[in-house]
Amino acid sequence: MNLLYEKYAAEIKHILAKYPADQKRSAVMPLLYLAQQEQGYIQKQDLQMIAEILDISATDVGSIVGFYTLYHDHPGGKHRLQVCNDLPCALRGADEFLEKLCENLGVQVGETTPDGLVTIEAVMCLAGCDRAPLFQVQDAEGIRYYENQTVETALQLVEHWRSDGATPAPSPLGLRAGQEKSSTPLPDETVTGLSAEVRDETASDTAATETQETD
Amino acid sequence: MAQLISLMIDDKPVKVPEGTLIVNAAKKVGIDIPVFCYHPKMEPVGMCRMCLVEIGRPQIDRETRKPVLDEQGNPVIQFGPKLETACTTPVSEGMVVMGMSDKVKKGRQDILEFLLTSHPLDCPICDKGGECPLQNLTMEHGPGVSRFLYDEKMHLAKHYPLGDLILLDRERCIQCGRCVRFQDEIVGEPVIGFEQRGRSLQIETFSDPGFDSYYSGNTTDICPVGALTTTDFRFGARPWELKPVASVCSQCPVGCNITYNIRREARAGGRYVIKRVLPRQHEEVNEIWICDKARFAGYQYAESPERLTRPMLRRNGELVESSWDEALQVVAERFKAATGGLVTYAGGRLSNEDLFNLKQLTEGLKGQAILKSSIGGGVLVAQMGVAKGTDLGKLGAGDAILVIASDLQEEAPIWWLRVKQAADRGATLIVVNPRQTRLDRFATHTLRYDYGSETATVLAMINALESKKTRLPDWLAKYRPNRFQTAAAKAFAGAKNGIILFGQEGMDLPRSQELALACANLLFLTDHLGSPNNGLIGVWESANTQGAWDMGFRPSTELKEMFSSARAVYVVAADPAGDDPSLADALEQSEFVVVQELFLTSTARLADVVLPVTAQPEREGTYTTGERRVQRFFPAIPAPGGVIPDYEIAARIGERSGLKMENRAASLVFAQLAARVSDYEGLSYRSLAETHEQWPIIGRDDLYYGGTAYENTQGLGVQLMPSSQKRKIFQVNWQEPPVRVSGKGLLGVPITRLYDRGATVTPSRSLASRVPGPFILVNETTAQKLDMHNDAPVQLMLAGSAYSAMLRVDTAVPESVVLVPRSLGIPLSELQPVDIRVAETTPA
Amino acid sequence: MSTFLLLRHREIPNLDQLDVYRQHGGFEAFQKAITTLQPKEVTDEVKASGLRGRGGAGFPTGMKWSFIDNNNWPHYVVANADESEPGTFKDREIMEGNPYQFLEGVMICAYAVQAQSAYIYLRGEFWQLAAELDKRIQALEAAGLLGDNILGTNFSLRLYTHLGAGAYICGEETALLESLEGKLGQPRLRPPFPPSYGLYGKPTIVNNVETLTNVPLIVARGAKWYKTMGTERSPGTKIFSLCGQVNKPGNYELPLGTTFRELIFTHGGGLKDGRKVKAIMPAGASSSIIVATEEALDTPMDYENTQKVGSVLGSASVIVIDDSVSMEWVINKTLHFFKHESCGKCTPCREGTYWMMHISDRISRGQANEEDLETLNDVALNIQGKCLCALGEFSTMAVVTGIERFKSDFELRLAQNANPESPETVLAAVD
Ligand SMILES: Cc1cc2nc3c(=O)[nH]c(=O)nc-3n(C[C@H](O)[C@H](O)[C@H](O)COP(=O)(O)O)c2cc1C
Ligand code: SF4
Ligand code: FES
Repeated sequence: MNLLYEKYAAEIKHILAKYPADQKRSAVMPLLYLAQQEQGYIQKQDLQMIAEILDISATDVGSIVGFYTLYHDHPGGKHRLQVCNDLPCALRGADEFLEKLCENLGVQVGETTPDGLVTIEAVMCLAGCDRAPLFQVQDAEGIRYYENQTVETALQLVEHWRSDGATPAPSPLGLRAGQEKSSTPLPDETVTGLSAEVRDETASDTAATETQETD
Repeated sequence: MAQLISLMIDDKPVKVPEGTLIVNAAKKVGIDIPVFCYHPKMEPVGMCRMCLVEIGRPQIDRETRKPVLDEQGNPVIQFGPKLETACTTPVSEGMVVMGMSDKVKKGRQDILEFLLTSHPLDCPICDKGGECPLQNLTMEHGPGVSRFLYDEKMHLAKHYPLGDLILLDRERCIQCGRCVRFQDEIVGEPVIGFEQRGRSLQIETFSDPGFDSYYSGNTTDICPVGALTTTDFRFGARPWELKPVASVCSQCPVGCNITYNIRREARAGGRYVIKRVLPRQHEEVNEIWICDKARFAGYQYAESPERLTRPMLRRNGELVESSWDEALQVVAERFKAATGGLVTYAGGRLSNEDLFNLKQLTEGLKGQAILKSSIGGGVLVAQMGVAKGTDLGKLGAGDAILVIASDLQEEAPIWWLRVKQAADRGATLIVVNPRQTRLDRFATHTLRYDYGSETATVLAMINALESKKTRLPDWLAKYRPNRFQTAAAKAFAGAKNGIILFGQEGMDLPRSQELALACANLLFLTDHLGSPNNGLIGVWESANTQGAWDMGFRPSTELKEMFSSARAVYVVAADPAGDDPSLADALEQSEFVVVQELFLTSTARLADVVLPVTAQPEREGTYTTGERRVQRFFPAIPAPGGVIPDYEIAARIGERSGLKMENRAASLVFAQLAARVSDYEGLSYRSLAETHEQWPIIGRDDLYYGGTAYENTQGLGVQLMPSSQKRKIFQVNWQEPPVRVSGKGLLGVPITRLYDRGATVTPSRSLASRVPGPFILVNETTAQKLDMHNDAPVQLMLAGSAYSAMLRVDTAVPESVVLVPRSLGIPLSELQPVDIRVAETTPA
Repeated sequence: MSTFLLLRHREIPNLDQLDVYRQHGGFEAFQKAITTLQPKEVTDEVKASGLRGRGGAGFPTGMKWSFIDNNNWPHYVVANADESEPGTFKDREIMEGNPYQFLEGVMICAYAVQAQSAYIYLRGEFWQLAAELDKRIQALEAAGLLGDNILGTNFSLRLYTHLGAGAYICGEETALLESLEGKLGQPRLRPPFPPSYGLYGKPTIVNNVETLTNVPLIVARGAKWYKTMGTERSPGTKIFSLCGQVNKPGNYELPLGTTFRELIFTHGGGLKDGRKVKAIMPAGASSSIIVATEEALDTPMDYENTQKVGSVLGSASVIVIDDSVSMEWVINKTLHFFKHESCGKCTPCREGTYWMMHISDRISRGQANEEDLETLNDVALNIQGKCLCALGEFSTMAVVTGIERFKSDFELRLAQNANPESPETVLAAVD
């Protein structure tokens, strides 16, 4: 009956196991990602199927789709190329990058190339501000980052997709630019482990002051 | 009792129970703090920020934990830097609330300015204009000019249908979330929700079929702007042209208090017409809610061009119009001649006055007064019904409600809502039904039984009780409880208060009488009788079925024999021939048939005399609800010329037959009734019109509390005392239910659906798309066995006749069971074997 | 030699491998906590360390833990890995490079408040990262550090990742909890605060990734040691995400109280082409904008001193803006962000961010006058103090301080608007 469940039974069971049995609704976001995986967007029948699995209303599911930007209710290109042009990136040339990229691909922001391959989108800060210009790619493989980009590298990526060639690897996780060691050594210079005892008579013992949370 | 807290609001001292929110405390002393998102029936959310006030609290010394005092010895009050929301902040001792300071005024102005930036300001064509909190508050606090550029306003859909009945104007919505929260919190059917975010936040439905909830109309009342409108009223009138008339809904036994809004209209030749139906507050009956049937079916039938307006006599085989005089004379003569052989068959939508006079007439002519009802137990309800002072809204933790043989949302939507909310408040809800219903989700105990063994289930529960206060009959021992029944029985027995509602699911007269008796015994044995919030409620088919029982009408299992052997049959507000073709044959055999009706029903077509009557909104009278509350309704619109109220027709026939009867006014009939019917002793139209203040306070100028629901100024009615409350010692009888053998094959089961083809529902324009054609329900396995699919046209074979219907697959139906909704064209009135065949043609 | 508390992977290769992490003392603190300390002792140690939340508000972490309602069970721990403030990219580096220290922090926190389940709420964009974390969690389960009766104690714990899907507001802790419950990510009313009413209505501790990553060291080495770093009221180190127009943007872990000057010039390599620092936004787009005077540059970056120069430290995402940029443009960027990210729940934020963005757009397009600028400022002020959560408040910070402190940038634009023939006098944002 429920096509989504039939298709992804193992994944869905795995997802549901993350949450308390009486809080299945928590699984709505992961299930929407599952539903979106193949077509790149969420269809009306997906809402109903997810609603059934989680025992909530289709409206409860649909609301979620519109609220979050990584779910789409309309088809886009095979790959969504999402360029950050928020303030920090824009200070490092992201607006220009985005404009040139669009020019080269012959589309406007928000549009899809005529071959249906790429949709160019402008997005808010991606937490990669030191490696601007950057974008993320959202497609059937999930989401991944391409950082320190130039218009050329971005176009190369699109070319790879076009020629069905191997996709250049996304930016690696882990190491970042600015890897130099801090020049202000911290007080435990001599130890490498975590548990070394440090005696420091001068440190005061006063507990934190009672400040009210302001946000 | 909660502790009382003292505080000052706008220099007024206030004392309210601990936990009261500031808005409510203010309201109690007549101070209106403006709100949009807050609604006294729902949890506060603090979204709209309209209710911002300055709040000061006594400064507390950190060491001594005592208030710091100034030189005069008064506590030093500390005000926070920010305004705070009065709708989310509970009162605290010594608090000082300022709702009129400059800072607060500025705050209100700012919030209104924000709200108006996206509002279309189309008040001149808005249905809410004149009763719109946004409009009123703008008048009071709003900025005079707009600093927002018109060009930068969002332009959004203005006619967005959320469903068949409710339209959304997206430009007018102020995102207060009341509608969404109503459906989610109060109804538990979240079929509308927010979508998008920020300024694009919109109300939307992704459910199929859309905003389809029996309670949808209430959202239009509580929407604080003209964003949600009903399709029947949209662009219908300006609120200030409308006059309110108090009434009681005539669609089901809950007896929701309603208000008809009327206005003179050119299309009606300058006469008053009903423009809309709104709830009227009655916290013990319907609070400020009504169901969509009340709102959309409650009055539209009265305007139907099909209404009968002239008496008709059969001449040479044809029904031809006649004068009242002639018609009444003929009827009186024939009735008199039929003395001893008159059968009066009346429906439960008649008022107490009608039924009283009909009973007088029938008794005077030594006839039989028969009630149209397929469920029994009305006498038991009169004896053991819920006691005076009952309020489902007060039930909560520690109390128990048992609902048996009822799809309560379909049978009595507002009881469903109130039972569900009692469960939300912590009441133990025991739902006993052969199939899953919408109430199950809220149930503490869900018990299933096979159709036909409802009484056995209750008897088993009785057997499971630990302490038995009387010796139980020996035959009871064979009803052995399973562990679920035992658990439910114990929960019910242990509750502080206990109520049982028994309904119409799979019911016929004998079965429901047995069931009612078993339920009465359970109540008796668990001490849930004779005090408020305890007792038995019958979920009757009609608004005044209980009144009919009280007036002495009784249903009968022998209708066919009665009709065919009667010398005269007097059918009032019923359509036996339409309900069941075999009854038509029986009527054909009787000597003389009189039908008193609104419409030319199947029965009217075969009658000898047809008498046209006044519709409920055109006259006054009283109904007695299933909780045995007697309530008045008032004439709202003029009746078409030529029709007469039922009680008056009965009285005139009586007079012409030589009886002394009251025909002048409903109030005078009621006075007679109160003198003769013992439970109604002491009641009068005046006592029924009494009111007292209710909480929340609604319907005042501020409009925002309760939206457009009306304050109750016309009477809260009087709840009757059941015998169990009057007399201390009380005895319940036992009766062993007969053994019935069930056949093999498919079992047809009558069930009730809210939207049926009843005489007052079919003419509703608004509900036209919601009222289905004939259909039957089976589960997947049964459908597979039959080799039929969902939505297949089929023929239901019933007692040798074939009925066209659509087959629908519903997983909740037990196997080999065919559910047949009542009043949709298939005359199944009891559990009965049926057969299903492929239809040659699609049913019309 | 150790110079980092948090970014230790920069010195220790392959610290993201469990065995490497354990070789460097990993999970000793967790083991010590669950085998030798009472939950309350752990909380007390964290309290004594003076650690303050790194998610923005700077609330004392140990105190928050001590607020957990012990009359209502179960308890939950939620790590806030939503990291969406423009200019912030520190939590990501921690989770990518030094994931186990973060996970150990979550686990110690869970022990301290006796939670048996902890969720890591990551912004949806961290899709790959979440997959990596899932593997690390599996590795911990395989090593017997997660699961039932860990290390033979009666403490049991499971960790789960949960991906958001693109909503800045889900960084706000109550919106995050709503989102984790499968609802719209809209903030709840507070009080009650999460330690009494959190996930599924149960007592919950929500902490930022960086906050939690500090915890293993505090437990291992003690509060006294921790307090030797940073300042009296802002102890410890902090990761400063430096970005904008500097030569070497990136994360710099430095003791709290390091000056802006040191961060920007010593570590960040100064500005390009001899440009001057014009303005600093120390807390991302939500900042009040600091005029980069010499005095401001010498201000120590801690919770107290940043306030003295009219701003807040927030999550310490330092956006550096040079003198080629018009602040009118900067504000327009922030307003597009906040308008896009407002959840829409409360009126002033929903309507105010939309309105401000439109006025700002008109100013940028050359269709505005003096009065519009006044209205913009007024709208911002009218939002303040009226919103349901801090997002609305944040949206006004750059506007009010930008107009107040860089009025001439706006005036220049308006003058240019009044006389469209005049040559381009305002420099483009980026050349
Ligand atoms: C609009 C808004 C966005 C926020 N975003 C984040 C975020 O991305 N990451 C984070 O850790 N805290 C964020 N916070 C702060 C959290 O609400 C919360 O204070 C924090 O997670 C508590 O952790 P801490 O005490 O460890 O700092 C945000 C707050 C607001 C009002
Ligand atoms: S439609 Fe009405 S009730 Fe619903 S959110 Fe909008 S203004 Fe409020
Ligand atoms: S915030 Fe109080 S009424 Fe809306």
